[in-house]
Amino acid sequence: MLIQKPADILPSEITDRALYQRRRDFIKAAAAGAIAGSLGLPAQAAVRGTPLANVQKSIWTLDEKPTPYESVTTYGNFYEFGPDKDSPGKNAHRLRTRPWTITVEGEVKKPRTFAIEDVLKWGALEERTYRFRCVEGWSMVVPWIGFPFSEIARHVEITGDAKYVEFVSLADPEQMPYVRVPLLDWPYVEGLRIDEALHPLTLMTVGLYGEVLPNQTGAPVRLVLPWNYGFKSAKSIVKIRFVREMPKSSWMKSAPDEYGFYSNVNPDVPHRRWSQAQERRLGEFLKRKTLPFNGYAEQVAKLYTGMDLRKNY
Amino acid sequence: MTLSNRQLATLKITLFLLALIPAAHLGWRAMTDGLGANPVEELTRNTGTWTFNFLLLTLSITPLRALTGQHWLTRLRRMLGLFAFFYGTLHFSTFIGFEHMFDVNEMLKDVLKRPFVTVGFAAFVLLIPLAATSFNRAIRWLGGKRWQELHRSIYAIGILATVHYFWLVKITAIQWPLLYAAMLAILLGWRARERMRRYGPFPKTPTVQPIRIVDTSKFG
Repeated sequence: MLIQKPADILPSEITDRALYQRRRDFIKAAAAGAIAGSLGLPAQAAVRGTPLANVQKSIWTLDEKPTPYESVTTYGNFYEFGPDKDSPGKNAHRLRTRPWTITVEGEVKKPRTFAIEDVLKWGALEERTYRFRCVEGWSMVVPWIGFPFSEIARHVEITGDAKYVEFVSLADPEQMPYVRVPLLDWPYVEGLRIDEALHPLTLMTVGLYGEVLPNQTGAPVRLVLPWNYGFKSAKSIVKIRFVREMPKSSWMKSAPDEYGFYSNVNPDVPHRRWSQAQERRLGEFLKRKTLPFNGYAEQVAKLYTGMDLRKNY
Repeated sequence: MTLSNRQLATLKITLFLLALIPAAHLGWRAMTDGLGANPVEELTRNTGTWTFNFLLLTLSITPLRALTGQHWLTRLRRMLGLFAFFYGTLHFSTFIGFEHMFDVNEMLKDVLKRPFVTVGFAAFVLLIPLAATSFNRAIRWLGGKRWQELHRSIYAIGILATVHYFWLVKITAIQWPLLYAAMLAILLGWRARERMRRYGPFPKTPTVQPIRIVDTSKFG
């Protein structure tokens, strides 16, 4: 069920008065979802989630028009819920996002397991509108809500030996039917170099469009790295490991000649089978030019100084 | 069972209308905003899938006729083949229109650069002469045997379409090209086996020739 127990809504998530009316809409939508669920029907992907409170606008805004909520929540890849673009929207209602813990371990002084509720109380959340570019050649603009990943690192006190970070997603066949199918090496694993992970743009994301992250978009907590191809932004994260060696991601294991560790959006380095020079923004008919680092070169290009990005794709 | 001309005409009209349903449905979805968040991708995929479906239907006529003895089936084959070409043309149009905004130079560059586009394009180009010679007079002009040899390129087209499909999907969607490859393998495998059964196995001694019992022109 998308939203099973409204009682679980936390003080930190409770809406302010301005959003109260939307909350009423949410309750109606949740009721509709519950009926659909009890009839064995797939819950509507567009059921609106709980509004998030304590959200501040950040400097990360864009002049570009955000992709409609409907598109963001009905189109995407989340292979744990099925192979098609609409599978997550149809199947992710089975994901239970409470209780949820994130275990942080490895090269840290204070290994911890955080409950998602506690993480949400760390401080104000930020709304950041980022471009999002999939390796397949489509893109969107999403107003995400989250906090910098460096907050996690700060809470566990990483050591000097933490050179990379490994992210592990949930792989529960009860909730994620396609984890039984060996489409990829489950659980989904992604990795970042420590400087990429600590970069201020790297967002631990808990919401979008003012609301709690809808299940199909990687609830309750996911990464968003706007300058990388979308698959680097791991969803439904349960474990974060600070490590010495470069982790091997699920995609690197699946097709090493097509997917590398860095996966920077780069119009000049084609995918092995298709060009990356252009992209189709959801909602647009004609393609637009893909920007180096997805338009974030000014902020992130320095992370890769001296590296041959053709080799380190 | 033999069909009267009238029955056959009714059957053909029915089949014609049925074969238009996917296109009509797609048109309806396009007009009612029902193609999802990425309409161009959906148009391309849908027309590609239907091209392949009609290719397989066309290729299944001969085995079906042989297995059931219903010879009138052959008279539906041309229409099915032309529908493969029809959906192939729609598929190609979405490609040149939405991928390249009708810029032929850009399209040709793409054809040369991306192998999955190369094979898809080759399959489409090979369909053109088949569609162009799909009327009775063309058979007479070419002569039945030459016409038939030309139209055997449908086997190559089927293989190219399969390769096209394999090369464009990510590993997570591999089940679809696998399924189409299996269906094509059954349809082509049946033909290979028939050929072996009728003509082979050939004797090892080169001087001894097999006796030809059946006129090759009867093969489709």
